[in-house]
Amino acid sequence: MEIKGEYKIAAPRDKVFAALNDQEILRACIPGCESLEKLSDTEMTAKVRLRIGPVSAGFAGKVTLSDIDPPNGYKITGEGQGGVAGFAKGGAVVKLTEDGGDTVLTYEVDAQVGGKIAQVGARLIAGTAKKLADQFFGKFAESVGATAAPAA
Amino acid sequence: MTATGIGARVLRTEDKRFLTGTGRYVDDLALARATYAYFLRSPHAHAKIKSIDISAAEKMPGVVAVYTGKDVAESKVGGLICGWVVKDKHGEPHKAPPHPPMALDTVRYVGDTVAMVVANSPEEAKDAAEKIKVDYEVKPSIVDLAHALDKGAPQVHAEAPGNLVYDWEIGSKADVDAALAKAAHVTKIDIVNNRLIPNAMEPRAAAAEYDKGTGHYTLWSTSQNPHVLRLILSAFVLGIPEHKLRVIAPDVGGGFGSKIFCYADETLVCWAAAKVGRPIKWTAERSESFMTDCHGRDHVTHAELALDKDGKFLAFKVETIANMGAYLSTFSTAVPTYLYATLLAGQYTTPVIYANVKAALTNTAPVDAYRGAGRPEATFVIESIVSKAAQELKIDPAELRRKNFIPSTAFPYQTPVALQYDSGNYPPIIDEAMKIADYKGFAARRSEAKARGKLRGIGFSSYIEACGLAPSQVIGQLGGGVGQWESAQIKFNPTGNVQILTGAHSHGQSHETTFAQIVSDKLGVPLENIEVVHGDTATTPFGMGSYGSRSLAVGGSAIMKAADKIIAKGKKIAAHLMEASVNDVVFENGTFKVAGTDKSVPLAQTVFAAYVPHNYPLAELEPGMDENAFYDPANFVYPAGTQICEVEVDPDTGVVEIVNFTAVDDFGNIINPMIVEGQVHGGIVQGVGQALLEKAVYDSDTGQLLSGSFMDYAVPRADDVPSFKLGYKVTPCPHNPLGVKGCGEAGAIAAPAAVMNAVHDALAPLGVTHVPMPATPMNVWRTIHGA
Repeated sequence: MEIKGEYKIAAPRDKVFAALNDQEILRACIPGCESLEKLSDTEMTAKVRLRIGPVSAGFAGKVTLSDIDPPNGYKITGEGQGGVAGFAKGGAVVKLTEDGGDTVLTYEVDAQVGGKIAQVGARLIAGTAKKLADQFFGKFAESVGATAAPAA
Repeated sequence: MTATGIGARVLRTEDKRFLTGTGRYVDDLALARATYAYFLRSPHAHAKIKSIDISAAEKMPGVVAVYTGKDVAESKVGGLICGWVVKDKHGEPHKAPPHPPMALDTVRYVGDTVAMVVANSPEEAKDAAEKIKVDYEVKPSIVDLAHALDKGAPQVHAEAPGNLVYDWEIGSKADVDAALAKAAHVTKIDIVNNRLIPNAMEPRAAAAEYDKGTGHYTLWSTSQNPHVLRLILSAFVLGIPEHKLRVIAPDVGGGFGSKIFCYADETLVCWAAAKVGRPIKWTAERSESFMTDCHGRDHVTHAELALDKDGKFLAFKVETIANMGAYLSTFSTAVPTYLYATLLAGQYTTPVIYANVKAALTNTAPVDAYRGAGRPEATFVIESIVSKAAQELKIDPAELRRKNFIPSTAFPYQTPVALQYDSGNYPPIIDEAMKIADYKGFAARRSEAKARGKLRGIGFSSYIEACGLAPSQVIGQLGGGVGQWESAQIKFNPTGNVQILTGAHSHGQSHETTFAQIVSDKLGVPLENIEVVHGDTATTPFGMGSYGSRSLAVGGSAIMKAADKIIAKGKKIAAHLMEASVNDVVFENGTFKVAGTDKSVPLAQTVFAAYVPHNYPLAELEPGMDENAFYDPANFVYPAGTQICEVEVDPDTGVVEIVNFTAVDDFGNIINPMIVEGQVHGGIVQGVGQALLEKAVYDSDTGQLLSGSFMDYAVPRADDVPSFKLGYKVTPCPHNPLGVKGCGEAGAIAAPAAVMNAVHDALAPLGVTHVPMPATPMNVWRTIHGA
C-alpha cells in the first residue's frame, strides 16, 4: 500500500527542512503524540495514541530520521508496539522542491499493522494512514507556513 | 411407535433452559477467590523472541502472576500432541515438530501464545499484558498453501524440512495412470477448498481449580470430549494422574469440531491454577477465537477422472496439498488422509483410485477437523469433477451419476480405497430428490429467469460419508492413538426414574432428547422420568465424546446394550416375584409378563425390589439396577444422499441467489425427525456458507489474519438461504442395534459441491467452467468478465 500527497508551504525550503528536523514541531504535528524524547539528532522515542478502525491503542516506539539530504528531503519512520493490540509501523519519504519563494512538500507513505489491529482493521489501514499523513503534513504545513509568513 | 419413543417428533428437553437463558456454560461458573487469565499473543506470523520483559506487568494492580514460555518449559509441561500417526508412502511416521503450549523462543503464527497474565479481574490481566515488552526479530513467513512446499519457502519448523509433514498415498498409481492413458475421455480439475473459521456461538473457555488438600484438579472446559481431554492432559501434557484430574464440559454452545482438540489455553489455565493457589478463569474474546480456534479445510487439489465412451468411470486420480497450519493439532494428520482419501469412491463403482496427499506446515493457525472433516473435501472433489465430466460429455448430470452408482445388490461393497460400505441404495435417493426439486420443470424455470435477465443453474451433489467413528481395531491399524468405542450407563433410582450417563457429549446435538427417547421406547419409561447426564469425568463412564457423527450410532448403541442388561436383570427379578421361570418371562411396553398367563410385573416394581431386596433372590442376583455398557462398532456407518441446488446469478453484479435447495438423505432409522431436520438445515447452511461467503484470509506478505472478525468473515444469515426441501430414504445400518447412521455432518459435506455445480451450470452459457469458491459476487463477476 502506498499513499502519496503534496503540500505547498509558504516558506523557503531551508526553513521547511529545518522544521522537519525540529523535534518540537514534530511532536506538535504527529497525530496522537503524547511524548517525544530525543535520543540523538536522528532518533527519538515516542508515545502515540492511535485509533485504527475499532481499535484504539497506545503505541510506544521509536521514530527515526534517515536518508537525510538537506534541504531536499529525508525519510521519517516510526515503529511502535501497541501491547495486546499488536504493532504498527510506517514511514514517509519526504521530498522538498522550490517553487519561487515557497516550498512544495511531497510525501509517500507506507504503513503496516500486525496482530489484533490487522485482524479487525487491516482493510481500514490505507484510509487511516492517509488520514494520519494528511493530519501530520497539513498541520506541519500550517505551522511552518504560519511562522514563516511574517518573514516573507 | 409411542408418542415419545423412537421415530417421534419430540420437542427438545434442553430447549427449556437454552431458550430461557438458564443454561450453564463455563463462563457462568462462579468460583470463590477466582482469578482471571489473559494470554498475550504473537502479532507476527513468524519471529524469534529475543527477550520478554515482564517486570512492569508484574507490578500492575491486581496481578497475581505472569508466566512466559520459559516458566512452562521449566515446569516440564509436555507439548500438545497430535494423536494420529500417519505413515508416509515410504512407511515413515509423519514429521512431528514440537508444540509447546507457550512459545519458547519462536512464534509461528499470528496468535501463538507468548505470555499469560493472571490477575484479580480480566481487565487487570489485560491491562498488565499491555506492559509486557517482547522484543521480536521478525522472520519471513509462509501462509500461501500452494507455495508452502516450494523450494526456498520460509521454514516453519526445523523438524519438518521443506514444510512437509508427510507425503502419503493410497491406491495403485500405476493402475490409475494406465487407465487414464487409454481412456476415451479424461476430465481434469484444479480446485481450492477454501479455508474456514468454525465460529461456534460460544467462544472457547476454561476454568480450573486446584485443591491443595487432596492434590485434586478440576478443569471446566468447552470440550466436545472431556474424557479424551483428561487423558491427553494426564498422559502427555501435564502429567497429573488421571484420577486426580476431573474434567467437566458443561453446556457447550457449539463446536463443529473446533472443541475436540486439546488447546494451549485450557492446558495453561489448569497448570497455573496449582501455581497461583486460586481458581483461574479464561474465556476467549471473539477475536481470539478467530485467531486461535483450529481452522478447517484449506486444500489445493488437482484431480483427473477417466471415463469410457459410455460415461462409465474407469479411474480417478487425486493430488492434494493440505494445510496443517503452524503446529499439528490433535486430529490434524488424519483429516486429509483417512477421513478424506478413503472416501474418494463416493457413491460410484470407479474400479481404480489413487490419491496422493502432501501435508504442509504454514505460518497460520493450526488446521483440524471441522464439520465433516475430510469428507466435505472428498465430496467437493468427486462431485465437482463428475458434474464437469457431464458437462464436457453433454450427458445429463443425474444420468451420469446413476450410470456409475454402486448397485444396491453390491453391498457390502469394497471400495478400492480401503472402506467397505455396509449398506446403501442410491438410485431411489436421487430419484426422490429430482422429484422434490421438480427437475423436469427446470428448463422452463431457466427460460423464465432468462427473460428476467438472470442466469439460472442447477447442481447435484451425491455424497457418501463414513461416520460413526469407529471400529477401534481399524483405527489402531491406521495409526489412531485411542479406541473409538462409546460407553453408557443406565441408572435406575429406587423411585423408578432413570439417569442415562453417556460418554458422548452434547453441544448442540440434542442428546438429552434423543437418548431419552431410545430408553423410553426400549424400557417403557415416560420421557419426563428420564434424564441424560454427560460431560463430567467424575460422574460419567469413560467415553470418547462427540464428533464424526458418532454419538447416536456408537453412543446410542451403547445405551441399547445397557438397556438390554437392564431388561435381562429385570426379567430375573420379575421371574422371582411372579414365581415363574426366567425363560417364560417376556418384556413388553415396560412390563414383564409370564407368557400365556395374566401375571405381570411392571419394570418399576422390579427396580424397587432391586433396591429394597426384601423379597429378592439375593443368592443369585446382586441388588441395585444400574448397568454399564461399552460398544465398539463393527464398521463405520455410511450415510448417503443427494442434494440438488438451484441458483440464480445476476450477471451484472455477480450475486448468486439460492432459489431452491433439496436434500434427500439415507440416515438409516431415524429417532427424532425434527432433530434430524435441524441437523440437516444447520449443515446445509454451513455448506452454503463455505460455497458462497466464507473464506479465512491471511496476508501473503505479512501473514496477518485479515478476515479476523465478523466485519470481514461472512457467515451465512437467514436471508442467504431458502426454505429447504428435505426427504428421506431408509436402509437401516445392518451392524448396529438401532439401525442408525449419522446425520450431523451430511448437510455440510454435500452442500458446497451442490451450490458450486449450480453456479457453474448457470454460467455455462457464458463459457465459464470454473469459479473459485466461495462464489462471492466479486469472484463471480471477475470470472464472468475475465477480470
